[in-house]
Amino acid sequence: MKALRNYIDKIKPQFQKGGKFEKLESTFGAFETFLFVPDKVTFKGSHIRDAMDMKRMMIVVVVALIPALLFGMWNVGFQHYLSHGESVGFWDIFLFGFLKVLPIIIVSYVVGLGIEFAFAQIRGHEVNEGYLVTGMLIPLIVPPDIPLWMLTIAIVFAVVIGKEVFGGTGMNILNPALTARAFLFFAYPQDMSGDKVWIADKADAFSGATPLGDALVGNFENFQSASNMFYGLIPGSVGETSTIAILIGAVILLFTGIASWRVMLSVFVGGYLMGLIFNWAGANEYMNIPPYYHLIMGGFAFGAVFMATDPVTAAQTKKGMYIYGILIGMMAVLIRVVNPAYPEGMMLAILLMNVFAPLIDHYVIEANIKRRLKRIKVKA
Amino acid sequence: MSEEVKQREPLFSPKNKKLIFNPLSRENPITVQVLGICSALAVTAKLEPAFVMSLSVLVVLTAANVIISLLRNTIPTRIRIIVQLVIIASLVILVDQVLKAFAYDVSKQLSVFVGLIITNCIIMGRLEAFAMGNKPWPAFLDGIGNALGYGWILLTVAFFRELLGSGTIWNYPVMENLGLYEFGYKNNGFMILPPMALIVVGIIIWIQRSRDKELVEEN
Repeated sequence: MKALRNYIDKIKPQFQKGGKFEKLESTFGAFETFLFVPDKVTFKGSHIRDAMDMKRMMIVVVVALIPALLFGMWNVGFQHYLSHGESVGFWDIFLFGFLKVLPIIIVSYVVGLGIEFAFAQIRGHEVNEGYLVTGMLIPLIVPPDIPLWMLTIAIVFAVVIGKEVFGGTGMNILNPALTARAFLFFAYPQDMSGDKVWIADKADAFSGATPLGDALVGNFENFQSASNMFYGLIPGSVGETSTIAILIGAVILLFTGIASWRVMLSVFVGGYLMGLIFNWAGANEYMNIPPYYHLIMGGFAFGAVFMATDPVTAAQTKKGMYIYGILIGMMAVLIRVVNPAYPEGMMLAILLMNVFAPLIDHYVIEANIKRRLKRIKVKA
Repeated sequence: MSEEVKQREPLFSPKNKKLIFNPLSRENPITVQVLGICSALAVTAKLEPAFVMSLSVLVVLTAANVIISLLRNTIPTRIRIIVQLVIIASLVILVDQVLKAFAYDVSKQLSVFVGLIITNCIIMGRLEAFAMGNKPWPAFLDGIGNALGYGWILLTVAFFRELLGSGTIWNYPVMENLGLYEFGYKNNGFMILPPMALIVVGIIIWIQRSRDKELVEEN
């Protein structure tokens, strides 16, 4: 550790103003602060700085994603061999999935970080940390068979149009990972929906429909059991199938205080509520499924835990968080059940509420100001 | 006596040239004034309708500019908008009928958008801002300049949308002839949807402003 620090200090002057690699200053800074907590000190105002800076915060989110990732890798293999009717050992299953998912992760990070570094260099600011998480989220929300060139285009679109044009991490309106997925969904629908894409190298005879796909066409005879959905033994995007792995991630996020429990809780409550409302309406078979099914099917849990809670794009005020979360949950279930074109509503629900989050905050703050003004008037 | 013979301005004086060339770049109706966006999003999925649309706007805008400029001293100010609208509407009906007679397929693709030229903000804007206060010849040039400024943006957007969205250029299957489909290439369905047109226009604005810093607003 000491040797590394000494080495970095030795090469540092070359990257500062007047040095040989002056132009690469932000790249150097990114690696330095990635390895060591920055030694910046404040000169006025508050003098206490938390060691928990952005980079370390992002790493915790990545750690929270690991259970879902590992399970996702295993499930990709499991679904593949299941569709072919072969039974092989645990490690063979995992290895198959690992080799399927690894290229997606590599492409995601190389392309995304490449753009981030390029933009930081051109604009002369620090490299933003946000992509560490986005780069891990993207592989988890795409089908395992996604062609890598499509993924590349989607990531370029999401990072440039979804994030950099607004000014980079912290300024974006939409969640970049979901922007990438939405781009893929609208640009290449045949590779992002239907019942062919959710199992890697699927055997032709095997139905690869996700529970959401089954539910939408009213195919409830061989509907997956709730426990299968909860453990995640269902076809789907890489990391979103297993509710239990996602919940482990949720515990990590909540325990470290990085994600807001208000958002997370209210998304689940909103989804459950909407399920109840549909039960009460009961116009068709899909509306009659138990509400908790909605919470464990498809990407609902994943979206609630990792996407809706994104601190940049979510509502910032406490009351706003409840409204934002509940509307995401309700919207997601509403789109699922009512709109025949979109089997999964979580992505669109979160993106929609991302757009509305600043508006919600605005009205929460306005209401607060009004209330306090009233209090003054009463006293006077 | 000799004082009355005023020096006549040459037809293409520097001032008049500006009328044509400024709207192409620095005063572009779409990317700088952000007018006429609705039709730019609606008709640019393919090159052919975009071209016909640009041509129609060119005809309507130039003719309307000249007519209004000729009438400018006789139009009462209080009813000028309705007079302008009557003239634009008559011209648009003419264009619509000509398209229906000679280019029926394209006219069907453009559907209501030919009729909606009446409400195109560029035309109303130019009539109000320029034709009402200038002579016919400059008004004519101004009409051509703005229609060309509108047209080249439309064609650029349509070029990229058709190439990436349908894999063709003016209905010629480029991507197929290049053999890209055999490598697993697929057309980008998002490109055909109107939101993508907005993003392409946005990218053009981005490029334009990063090249021409004077267009960047201070705030």
